[in-house]
Amino acid sequence: MRDFSYLRAASTEEASQAAREAGAMLLAGGTTLLDLAKCGVAEPDTVIDITHLSGLGGIAVDANGAMIGALAKMGEVADDPLIKAAFPAVAESLSLAASQQLRNMATIGGNLLQRTRCTYFRDPAVFPACNKRNPGSGCSAMGGVTRNHAVLGTSEACIASNPGDLALALVAFDAVIETGSRKVAADDFFLLPGHTPEKETVLQPGEIITGISIPASAAAKNSTYLKVRDRQSYEFAAASAAVGLEFEMDGKTVRDIRVALGGVATKPWRARAVEKALIGKVLDLVAIEKATKLAMEGAVSHGDNHYKIDLAPRVIARAIMKVATSNVAPSNVGGLA
Amino acid sequence: MTRTIHLSLDINGERRELDVEPRVTLLDALRDHLALTGTKKGCDQGQCGACTCHVDDKRVLSCLTLAAQVEGRQVTTIEGLADENGVLHAVQSAFIEHDAFQCGYCTPGQIMSAVACIREGHAGSDAEIREYMSGNLCRCGAYNNIVVAVREAAKAVSAPARMVEVA
Ligand SMILES: Cc1cc2nc3c(=O)[nH]c(=O)nc-3n(C[C@H](O)[C@H](O)[C@H](O)COP(=O)(O)OP(=O)(O)OC[C@H]3O[C@@H](n4cnc5c(N)ncnc54)[C@H](O)[C@@H]3O)c2cc1C
Ligand code: SF4
Ligand code: FES
Ligand code: FES
Repeated sequence: MRDFSYLRAASTEEASQAAREAGAMLLAGGTTLLDLAKCGVAEPDTVIDITHLSGLGGIAVDANGAMIGALAKMGEVADDPLIKAAFPAVAESLSLAASQQLRNMATIGGNLLQRTRCTYFRDPAVFPACNKRNPGSGCSAMGGVTRNHAVLGTSEACIASNPGDLALALVAFDAVIETGSRKVAADDFFLLPGHTPEKETVLQPGEIITGISIPASAAAKNSTYLKVRDRQSYEFAAASAAVGLEFEMDGKTVRDIRVALGGVATKPWRARAVEKALIGKVLDLVAIEKATKLAMEGAVSHGDNHYKIDLAPRVIARAIMKVATSNVAPSNVGGLA
Repeated sequence: MTRTIHLSLDINGERRELDVEPRVTLLDALRDHLALTGTKKGCDQGQCGACTCHVDDKRVLSCLTLAAQVEGRQVTTIEGLADENGVLHAVQSAFIEHDAFQCGYCTPGQIMSAVACIREGHAGSDAEIREYMSGNLCRCGAYNNIVVAVREAAKAVSAPARMVEVA
């Protein structure tokens, strides 16, 4: 790890001012920044520690929704009883991520800005070509081992998948990311790689995430996060889904459904085509199977990651069945029990 | 150019002063500057759990924590677990009794993680122990005995204090 100077920010304004300087980087939990500094991917001249700032933490939940401070720890949010009750998919996406040690360190703000686990991106000494690290240098993943790379939202420049879990739950339930100066819908916060894979979010230099708000909804309350991976725990998703469901009074017709996909796309992926196909429909296995396939429209495989095209719709289907049978008599849902 | 900063840290209840480069992690500060080598370095990248310590009673990875970040916080390492008379913590005793290690390299991290796991209330069943101890890898594969040790230690810790002394 290259040497850097360390600044413990006394206020958000000071941190924001200092972070505008070239070579300056904010440090929250440090679990992405220090990891990447050790890999030689991040080379900060100045590290600005924001963990001692007050006013950026805390979790508040009321009938309208939740407000989560940027410095709240992943573990705190995962274990919060009010979050678990009103937003189970949010709590589960966090408790199924990383390990308890990392969840005790990592913050919600930092979590949204974690970088891809593309092994080529993480190894600059061996693989100098990476458009995300070094724009215009090429992409070492193309033609390489692509088992963990994205099939949705890719570009000629980059096929790296976004590895985060929480972000899916946020895009599914229309969360809003707040900075000192503006509020951005979670779905608009993340960018597709296009020709500029180095730019992953709309955040500007020095702009600090202050918190996240999530509006309450019946679908968010009846939601789940399903994560399928190579080992049972402490692993990133091969494919994952955040799903929420609200039935009409009849208990079988879909009034509202939210579907977001992870482990398969270059950004947290809201599967609106699946939602559209199911709203107003009576939920049964045939309808679910047909609708979930729509999530893969436009998917491009690169060989090793082809399995994701089959896997992802099944993960969504399983998650839908789980929320469909969790709060209604199974007999109401044709063939799902 | 070497820039050093002065840090005053609270480690196992003792005030320790040191001058280090800002990039020095808590793990390297403990091992290389404070001669506390009980905390182990495995991957040095947040992937194995060997470096697990407690900061303000929460388990964290010292390899991804800057020493500078823990100024003003309480750090506990494996050396700080036994009481002042050298009586081992219930989790340490359980690891010995249930043979929960082979080479022992992952053990300090496993024990620090287990102490916190029990305190968090995440040791309610074997399945829960496995899930909440998944951040600690063991290359010797002592997992089965580790689960037994954590389960038994959890019982001992939740038992009334006098029973622990008798046991
Ligand atoms: C072994 C391992 C396994 C993991 N497994 C998973 C997993 O299964 N699922 C998952 O989702 N994640 C996983 N992670 C990633 C982990 O969740 C992230 O590293 C973590 O959430 C980042 O948060 P942090 O507070 O530590 O960020 P930091 O490392 O402190 O910061 C990350 C980036 O965000 C910037 N930043 C931080 N806070 C702010 C803010 N408030 N405003 C503006 N910029 C900010 C920093 O400058 C930096 O560039 C894993 C990580 C490791 C090391
Ligand atoms: S997929 Fe993206 S991150 Fe990975 S090597 Fe190619 S350009 Fe870099
Ligand atoms: S040495 Fe810290 S997690 Fe491996
Ligand atoms: S006992 Fe050898 S690594 Fe766990």
